[in-house]
Amino acid sequence: MATVRADHGARTVASTFVGYFILIFFALVFIYPFVIQLSASFKTEPNAALNPLNPVPDPFVTDAYHKVFLSTDMPLWLGNSLIVTIAITLGRVLLDSMAGYALARLRFRGRKALFSAVIAILAVPGVVLFIPKFLVLKQFGMYDTYTALILPIIADAGGVFIMKQFFESIPRSVEEAARIDGAGTWRTFWSVVLPMGRPALITLTIISFQSSWNELPHSLVAVQSPDLYTLPRGLAVLVSGSLGSGNQYPLKLGAAVLATIPVAIIFVVFQRYFVRGANEGADK
Amino acid sequence: MRLSAKARENIAGWLFVAPVIVILGLFMLLPILMAMWVSLTGWNGQGSPFKSGVPFVGFDNYARLFTEEGLTRQDFMTSVRNNIYYVGIVVPVQTVLALGLALVVNSRMLKGKGFFRAAFFFPSVTSSVAISVVFLFIFASSGAVNNLLAFFGIQGPQWFADARGILHLALGGLGLVDVDNPPAWLTGGGPFGLSWWEWLAGPSVAMSTIMLLVIWTTSGTFMLMFLAALQDIPVTLEEASMLDGAGRWKRLRYVTLPMLKPTLFLVLTMGIIATWQVFDQVYVMSQGAPGKTTLTPAYLSYTQAFDNFEYGTGTAISFVLFAIIVLFTIVQRWLLRERNA
Repeated sequence: MATVRADHGARTVASTFVGYFILIFFALVFIYPFVIQLSASFKTEPNAALNPLNPVPDPFVTDAYHKVFLSTDMPLWLGNSLIVTIAITLGRVLLDSMAGYALARLRFRGRKALFSAVIAILAVPGVVLFIPKFLVLKQFGMYDTYTALILPIIADAGGVFIMKQFFESIPRSVEEAARIDGAGTWRTFWSVVLPMGRPALITLTIISFQSSWNELPHSLVAVQSPDLYTLPRGLAVLVSGSLGSGNQYPLKLGAAVLATIPVAIIFVVFQRYFVRGANEGADK
Repeated sequence: MRLSAKARENIAGWLFVAPVIVILGLFMLLPILMAMWVSLTGWNGQGSPFKSGVPFVGFDNYARLFTEEGLTRQDFMTSVRNNIYYVGIVVPVQTVLALGLALVVNSRMLKGKGFFRAAFFFPSVTSSVAISVVFLFIFASSGAVNNLLAFFGIQGPQWFADARGILHLALGGLGLVDVDNPPAWLTGGGPFGLSWWEWLAGPSVAMSTIMLLVIWTTSGTFMLMFLAALQDIPVTLEEASMLDGAGRWKRLRYVTLPMLKPTLFLVLTMGIIATWQVFDQVYVMSQGAPGKTTLTPAYLSYTQAFDNFEYGTGTAISFVLFAIIVLFTIVQRWLLRERNA
């Protein structure tokens, strides 16, 4: 009996060891590229090319960042990305939760058909819409404007779905109390239902921010003038444009770091909402 | 006049959904209808596609993708081949990796769950463009990966310039065929204008780097989904199977995996839908080069329209891609259903 138990204990230790080995190995695989990126952005160009694996920049220089801000349009891209991302995020949070609330709670004719339409739209793959979106923007005379960057994606079916699921999960009693007190539908929604929806609203805010901050294809089909480039678009041009003129890796990686930082900060602060967002996607 | 409560709720409901309906209608539904029309024309991007001067060509744009010999079909079929290999490798690998990581992270004996979960998930929230830049640097010919390989005495390839197909390399390495002099019965002919030899190339070395990148970025999301499902499995069920003397593998095979089936199904479906749409990474890293081996239907449809001004062909490709995605999803659903029975 004792030997069996000792054997069992040894196996547990061994499997704990193997478990940690796997976890640490993959943690390195998933995180080290970011370490390399960050350190290379503080290296000199020859050093970045010679010692790409070394995590310590020696000498430590900030030339890449000076160059990013002074000799590229980075300030413009950052500004555009901020404007577009904030507008889209605010729009989505408001419009998606209004629609989600109506689909979850209000009895109106055509509600079921509308919800089926939302599900059908969710199933349309994004790439199918590249050229079609361009056609519509041209037709409406919106092509190459801020409106084109923002308006077409200021509401999304996925967000409506998340909010509908959420509103269905909260009890009706509070709203009914507000109704009896004589509050109209809008009042009830704005001052009673929305405040209760904080966790879902934060989730939606975060996934909207993240997806619009990182968005590339929509910018490609909505605008062409460099004044309207968002950060991913500018970064893509920077990378393909300078292929001929040397590698300039510290510069490109520095620009990529700047594109990553906002989402990274939000990720660290609101990680559990990201996790919830990923799993909401799973419920679709 | 006062409206009844029911009528008021009707109006309120429509007012609440109106903005979303307008946006989705104008920028999702209407565009698709317009694009269906454009895919039947030879519109070149000048003026409106609905003017009378625009030539109506019927299904010519579609025919050029499948039946008419020419560069368009050649490119389209090459892009389909590339994407088939891409889907066929990325989907299984990312699913197995995600499941494996979820099982290890979930194991009760290990600490630091939160840290590892965050580490694996972080790549999937960052910008695909920024990540592509990082991978361009890491896989550069004297970059981090080749440095690492050199450490083990292996000389790494020039990743982004290497158009050789991996399957060709493997067949050549096994001595089955001479890669420089492929057998005539393979090069002689094949379906849709590509020879059997070309169909059997496998993903190129350059495409493999994009596949690695995508596996690396998406596994984290799918791991979270598996993790959520694992945490829903009642502990009593596992304990019961342990008392019955089931070993670790048996428990995984007969208790855990069956419980994960719905999630597995979902992860496969989402994986297939996403991998058929690969675009950002191709746009940033390779633009279809080298030797068109990283060309994908999504990227080809974009360049046909915006670089070659062949909007008809471009939209036709995107509708064929849509059909492919629907078809694959149905087939996968059907296959998994068979096994359930």
